Amino acid sequence: MIISELSIILQWGDDMKLTEEEKRIAAETTRQILFQCNDSRGNLIPVLQRVQDKLGYVPPVAMEEVAAHFQVPPVDVYGVITFYNQFRLTPPGKRQVKICMGTACHMRGAHIIQDSWERRLNIKVGETTEDREYSLERVACVGCCTMAPVVVINEEVHGKITPTRVDGLIFSHQLDKKKEQQNTKEGDATSE
Amino acid sequence: MSKESAAAAAFAALQETAQQNWAGLREKPLILIGAATCGRAAGALNLLEEVKNELARLQLDANVLEVGCMGHCYAEPIMVIYNEGFPPICYGYVNEGVGARIVRDFLTEGDPGIEFALAALEPNDMFPTFADFPRGIHENKIVMEQCGFIDPTDINHYIATGGYGALVKSLAMTPEEIIDTVKSSGLRGRGGAGFPTGVKWETCHNAPGDTKYVICNADEGDPGAFMDRTILESNPHLMVEGLIIAARAVGAQKGYVYIRAEYPLAVQRVTLAVQQAREKGLLGDGILGSEFNFEIEIFQGSGAFVCGEETALIASMEGQPGLPRYRPPFPAVAGLWGKPTIINNVKTLSYVPHIVKNGADWFKKTGTEKNPGTAIFALAGKVVNTGLAEVPMSTTLNELIFDVGSGIAKGKQFKAVQIGGPSGGCLPESAMDTPIDFDSLTRAGAMMGSGGMVVLDEDDCMVEIARFFLDFTQKESCGKCTFCRLGTKHMLDILERITKGQGRPEDIDVLLELADKVKAGSLCSLGKTAPNPVLSTIKYFREEYEAHINEGRCPAKMCKDLTAYYILPEKCERSCDACVGSCPTEAIYDNEDRIKVINQEKCVKCDSCMVACPPQYKAVVKLSPPHLVEEKEKEYREGKKKWQKK
Repeated sequence: MIISELSIILQWGDDMKLTEEEKRIAAETTRQILFQCNDSRGNLIPVLQRVQDKLGYVPPVAMEEVAAHFQVPPVDVYGVITFYNQFRLTPPGKRQVKICMGTACHMRGAHIIQDSWERRLNIKVGETTEDREYSLERVACVGCCTMAPVVVINEEVHGKITPTRVDGLIFSHQLDKKKEQQNTKEGDATSE
Repeated sequence: MSKESAAAAAFAALQETAQQNWAGLREKPLILIGAATCGRAAGALNLLEEVKNELARLQLDANVLEVGCMGHCYAEPIMVIYNEGFPPICYGYVNEGVGARIVRDFLTEGDPGIEFALAALEPNDMFPTFADFPRGIHENKIVMEQCGFIDPTDINHYIATGGYGALVKSLAMTPEEIIDTVKSSGLRGRGGAGFPTGVKWETCHNAPGDTKYVICNADEGDPGAFMDRTILESNPHLMVEGLIIAARAVGAQKGYVYIRAEYPLAVQRVTLAVQQAREKGLLGDGILGSEFNFEIEIFQGSGAFVCGEETALIASMEGQPGLPRYRPPFPAVAGLWGKPTIINNVKTLSYVPHIVKNGADWFKKTGTEKNPGTAIFALAGKVVNTGLAEVPMSTTLNELIFDVGSGIAKGKQFKAVQIGGPSGGCLPESAMDTPIDFDSLTRAGAMMGSGGMVVLDEDDCMVEIARFFLDFTQKESCGKCTFCRLGTKHMLDILERITKGQGRPEDIDVLLELADKVKAGSLCSLGKTAPNPVLSTIKYFREEYEAHINEGRCPAKMCKDLTAYYILPEKCERSCDACVGSCPTEAIYDNEDRIKVINQEKCVKCDSCMVACPPQYKAVVKLSPPHLVEEKEKEYREGKKKWQKK
């Protein structure tokens, strides 16, 4: 019952393109996290943060689990998640690119950097590339104003970014990926 | 033995181990590497690894410490070396190669590598200290004194440099005495509004009830501000000590640190600091053998700017969306879970141990009568020496930007300074003699805010910066008050139109009217101050608005829709292909004279060609309004025809 309620509100399902396996893992992980804490409402945001930490996003199945645990309607959980910028509703890319949009970065051309990423990855801010390799986000300020403009990729901060540096970063990622693939191939070969 | 002396004795034992540990560091050469987030972005971790490798390779024995940030962020990565027989020397712009070289030459051959040094840290007859530069004359470090010199992950360093002494002193005082000291020191909240801290504490202390809370507000959401992050990453124990003293003063048993999740390193450092304090008996049940129990928990903010507002912060800790509520009752009377709660900013709490230790009169010696103490500013933007500066209140803006910050980068012209983030305003050159304190800045049309200061030069468009801030507040508006939710949206729509060259003559008046209504109709200070950036830019830079609206021209050539890139034919060096290679959209081609021309339809205005054009040519320029490009091209063709006829 609850499930249909939420999916009507959100009109997802098709949109999210989550596999059954992903849904199962999400529900399982959420249950494990919920197991460790009581149902005091003050725990709601910390729990959601832990879910996001583990999964990288908070899917509807997780919201339903959380809502049942705290004995609140799922829409309340949805309300909290969409109020705060930290929470993602869709799976992130393997590399989460966060473009800092603080004042200093803006004045030093963060919008130009944003355009460069969008052009290179062929997605808009808030989207994930189809191969789930990259996702693009804007953040308010990472507090590295002296290194403006700043881009954070996963947890790593890159300062003084230019459009050519964007190309360079993508190129270095490609190289890393190639190396990784080669290593796994070699690993397979030796194991065989 | 009385309770107080028992606490003092317990602390003396802690101090002794700490001091042994601290003194042990200096027995060998000591290398400090600044590795706060700003340093890490500049490559401090690579430097750290390289220095360690170099020491291992040369089989040298030295202590290497990862420290916080001392405020000279412009020169990151920063390294300090204490070597026997030399004054401690601070190096700036140290990349891995330079770092390894300095370590090698200094520790093996005694060559301090003066060419890479920024300054010495102690007076000596070899090399100037920071105090000898204009910056040093104005700086007066209270909160930031230890930042960058102690290991933030080791409580012993903090104790050895006098830390937690104020806590021991406060355990011997009654809560009323602590509150009196803070009250008579005149300390004002550094979160932005400048409310007297002592009064807040007293209200909470006098509120009925046994359960009370203290919260440290480290939800530094202002874009352009990073003081709290630096303090928490460089010296987290100072805030922890302040929070414990606050709890003792108001009678709280539980404290929270509300930190932005966007500051992962700060979260990590504070968590560790709390854990270490607990292990040393400085937190928990019966602190230092007294009857005072206190626990601290970390709560990560989820990225909502409005949660910097006290009541919204409380709502978010209670698991609700962060909507502010009407005050009174103030949180000091009914806050978290309806209990009396005080919420203080990181910087406010960081002053408390110093005030308790040195007394109220000592604190009042710095700054002015109504604004005692220092102000910590995050200098960013187009200023040469970006970074953190702690200066006494009443220092003028001029001194801060031109002496401490060394003026404007790249020889450009100063235009304005934006103070106080989205709640503050832009002050022009004529207001540069304004002293920095809560009251003077508010009178000038800006706001102290939490202390973000972004310097703007001639290339920055004031309409665009107003649009930027409004875009931010509009997105962050929680939606509770109609005027804030819809008023800011309308203002943003108008500003967006103006920056696109579709402004209407009546726009400025409509903006002023809306600003007035939004201020009057909003509950919390997010809405009350949201129009400030627009109001202050209209007040001081009205002619820029008019140029956008009436002429479709952006005087600073920043608004994308109102500018175009153009290559000056007389300056273009024909055999150079730098701009062609840099263009991501292949918009640059050779014309029949082998001069580079930009195809305006393909151009995405990414600025790459302007950066790529070698400085000896400087052939790429921006033109506003964009139709000037056609005129210029026509001019060039006609000029060529004339020349061919001759």
